[in-house]
Amino acid sequence: MIRFENVSKVYPRSNRPALSDISLDVERGEFVFVVGASGSGKSTLLRLVLKEENVTQGTVLVAGQDVGRLPQRKVPRLRREIGTVFQDFRLLPNKTVHQNVAFALQVLGRSRHAIRQVVPETLEMVGLEGKEKRLPHELSGGEQQRVAIARAFVNKPPILLCDEPTGNLDPTTSLDIVRLLDRINRTGTTIVMATHDDDIVDQLRKRVVELDNGHVVRDENKGVYGGGR
Amino acid sequence: MRLQFMLSEIWIGLRRNASIAVSVMLVTMVSVYLMGIAFLAQSQVDTLKGYWYDRIQVSIFMCGKNSPEPNCAGKAVTAEQRDALKTQLESMKPLVKNVYYETEQQAYDRFKDQYRNSSLSDYLELGDIPQSFRVQLSDPQKYDVIASAFEGAPGVGQVQDQQKTLEKLFSIIRVVTWGSLFLAALMVLCSVLLMATTIRQAAFSRRRETGIMKLVGASNFTIRLPFVLETVLAALAGTGLAVAGLWATTHFLTPKIAIVLPDAPLVGQSDIWYVAPWLAVFMLVIAVLTSWLTLRRYLRV
Repeated sequence: MIRFENVSKVYPRSNRPALSDISLDVERGEFVFVVGASGSGKSTLLRLVLKEENVTQGTVLVAGQDVGRLPQRKVPRLRREIGTVFQDFRLLPNKTVHQNVAFALQVLGRSRHAIRQVVPETLEMVGLEGKEKRLPHELSGGEQQRVAIARAFVNKPPILLCDEPTGNLDPTTSLDIVRLLDRINRTGTTIVMATHDDDIVDQLRKRVVELDNGHVVRDENKGVYGGGR
Repeated sequence: MRLQFMLSEIWIGLRRNASIAVSVMLVTMVSVYLMGIAFLAQSQVDTLKGYWYDRIQVSIFMCGKNSPEPNCAGKAVTAEQRDALKTQLESMKPLVKNVYYETEQQAYDRFKDQYRNSSLSDYLELGDIPQSFRVQLSDPQKYDVIASAFEGAPGVGQVQDQQKTLEKLFSIIRVVTWGSLFLAALMVLCSVLLMATTIRQAAFSRRRETGIMKLVGASNFTIRLPFVLETVLAALAGTGLAVAGLWATTHFLTPKIAIVLPDAPLVGQSDIWYVAPWLAVFMLVIAVLTSWLTLRRYLRV
């Protein structure tokens, strides 16, 4: 589903590569934790998948497409295949829960009929039924992140990228969120989650890819956060 | 569905940026108004030219008994002199299209009639305007030929070309035309810069929305269209106001000009309807181009 072939990324005005010679293969339906200290290259990896950045060297394949060679005008189509969740939720503060989720479908030109059907389903799935009319500031952090996940998933993308989705949440809430992601994963969605939350990684026992200074230093199935150290 | 969502987004955007949308509207209004004035002035010149070149005359005023011109030497024209002038005019036939003879009485009556509402006519006495030949030329530009032939001829007081008076009027209108075109160009430049600034600001204040749109894979077109439409709406509203302003201008100004220039054809409301679509199309193109170029720069994928 996602394939990195000898990928390097050097940001302009920086002499140290953010990623150097990474090769990685994420299968369809996998759940992968990408762990590592801040600055280890986790976010860069996700940004390359979204083509928010371009690779310096190597090839990134997403759903069979060479992202590096994708012309700009086809980038929106790539992004419709990928849902994205961030640490800071990125909700629209003046729209209700329902409107925030519906927004993702509206800007893709979906019909009102489809939106009326899909949005409540998705909100129910993330456990927000009954809170459709709330504004983001009336929700707890965990609930806000659920809205963000609903928005990322409402279009049923085959891939879900999560950039430290639990970074702003307390441990219990974090675990709930990751359980939710796990449930979404079981519907067949490929999930790549960058995190440095060791508790969660240790509890879920999924595939763990550890980055350090732009290198993959570990890639094991059913791994734990600390790994071999 | 789609359209309704777009419209509601545009409405929210305009409301949030109301003051700046209004300023775009007003600047557009002033620039379109000035452009319209320039067009109207120019078409006024054209209609007047067409109208007057047919009617333009050279007047050869003969000496009256009170004529101050030295050529008259205080004596009125004699019948022989008048006949000689008449014969000379007839001999210049291809250039001279028509010759009318106006007696002192006719001149007096005409003046009285033309200025019947003015106190000027009270001071006029019979004989103040001398008798004259009104000469219509086949080519109004060749006034000089007539002037050189008749100026200083016995019994001729003054040769007067109406075109000269007309040219003075035309040159005033020309100044109005170019002046307003120049100001209009400046104002168009202002509106372009203002539109660009507005869009920059709007793109910044809505970076959350556009960021999410990009993330969920909305096309560039969908992301940019509300910005473009907002600018277009403001610009077209301004154009509408400007057209209303032009209408008001002709409505209130034309009667006043008609007093000074009786029975001359003046531009009117129909000329506005002719020029308004072009102004609207022009502003539309400006608004779309400006906003699209600005967005290319400030709203990237």
